[in-house]
Amino acid sequence: MRQDTRMEPESQGSRTVEAPPPQNPAAGDVVLHGVGHAYGQLRTLEGIELELPAQGVLGLVGPSGCGKSTLLELICGLREPSTGTVSMGGATAAEERLASCAFMPQRDLLLPWYSAIDNAALALRNQGMGRREAREAAAGLFERFGLSGFQISRPTELSGGMRQRVAFLRTLIAGKPVLALDEPFASLDAITRAEMQEWLAAALRADPRSVVLVSHDVEEALYLSDRVAVLSARPGRVVAELSAPRPRAADRDAAVTDPAFVAAREEALRALRHGSRGS
Amino acid sequence: MHDMGEKGTTRWRRWLFPALLLAALLGLWQLACSTGAIADALDLESFLVPSPAEVASALWENRGLLAENAWVTLREMLLGILAALAVGVAFAVLMHLSRVLRDATYPLIVASQAIPIVVIAPILVVWFGYGITPKIVIVALICFFPVTVNALDGLRSVDPEAVKMMRSLDASRRQRFWRVEAPAALPSLFTGMKIAVVIAPIGAVFAEWAGSSSGLGHLIQSDMAYFLVARQFATVFVLSAMALALIGLVALAERRVVTWR
Repeated sequence: MRQDTRMEPESQGSRTVEAPPPQNPAAGDVVLHGVGHAYGQLRTLEGIELELPAQGVLGLVGPSGCGKSTLLELICGLREPSTGTVSMGGATAAEERLASCAFMPQRDLLLPWYSAIDNAALALRNQGMGRREAREAAAGLFERFGLSGFQISRPTELSGGMRQRVAFLRTLIAGKPVLALDEPFASLDAITRAEMQEWLAAALRADPRSVVLVSHDVEEALYLSDRVAVLSARPGRVVAELSAPRPRAADRDAAVTDPAFVAAREEALRALRHGSRGS
Repeated sequence: MHDMGEKGTTRWRRWLFPALLLAALLGLWQLACSTGAIADALDLESFLVPSPAEVASALWENRGLLAENAWVTLREMLLGILAALAVGVAFAVLMHLSRVLRDATYPLIVASQAIPIVVIAPILVVWFGYGITPKIVIVALICFFPVTVNALDGLRSVDPEAVKMMRSLDASRRQRFWRVEAPAALPSLFTGMKIAVVIAPIGAVFAEWAGSSSGLGHLIQSDMAYFLVARQFATVFVLSAMALALIGLVALAERRVVTWR
């Protein structure tokens, strides 16, 4: 698995190619205060208090339908909370949050009419960059992200893991201080998922951003995040917050079998079981 | 190589079976005519029930006349289809962008389809005269519905998650439209166009019946007076062939444009 040099973003050696740095890395801290949300009468989230320091990774786990994805959309500025405030780098308006956060949806949603590189460069094009310039900017990152040779492939020609890499690159290249990832690897098989987690950990070590990661997989959240918040069944509340013992360790297999990691996972699972019984 | 061989066989078969069925049906028809079975059963003069061979010879003998009138009808169809495409796509886009407009017009557009074209064709001739205009309007009216409805469905088929993704990647409304919604709508739009081109001859024929001095519809109508049934069949054949050719053209354009499917 690890022999595949394309797996490790930094293993390319040269660090000449960089993702566009976030416009203002300091703006990457996220604070949620008393956040609640309802669809009409249906309360989906209640009294959420969370804090994410700049360039940290916050994992959100919870039973299905607990409002994890809604919470992520609130953070991104794709929705407004019904109560409470979400602030990102001090800004609380949805538009401001939208401007400093890039959202990666659950399915990769690569646009089939664009090549892989045009998909990756989508944000640059939206920001007004010309096609050629945007492709050049993305091309270097293709090398670094283990995608060289796939620039002109159509999304349908890529494997599941490759598609997720392009989708992540598309999110990263927007140059925003905060990334919001909605179950990025949920659609992958177990082996590919483990590979992609290791790949994402390396990508974030090389190019740190503030990340909010929604996952239904406790192990994935604990491995990739600094802190993991466990949400209860609807209306979603934070029932536990854990520190990850070995966030984004280079050797995933060693990290997830570390006794401290195993203990944290058990604790998270207990909280999850307890929370999903509802209140 | 083996795979290609298999594929080649299937493609060949796809043509073979319809061709065999068609040949069998034509053979039966020919047999029924030459024995006089149909004419006897319907108690008709045999010249009123032309055999395929007679239709074929009518087709050949009248090739000049048919071509001349086919061109008239084809022009009406093409201009009508183009008008329906332009107006239908514009309408679909407006309805997509404005919920109020969609809610207001959708029921009316559906209801308008319930008005039989035969009924409004003569009215349109009164309004627009005997020239090509009422024909174009009638063809456009009949083609407008499938084009609009399919284009609108295509525009609305975009995954809401893709919209969120685009918004968070700094896309303006215009960029979202051109980069996501418009390409996503293309396959559906082509489906609408395929329906439009096969129903366009119906509109053109009704329009010509309502008042005209040329065209395949006019020819069928005037041949009625002289019981030129073989030539009427030949004319119908030309009309169908035109619709088939148009659907082939649309399919070709679709393969060229929608390269990601």
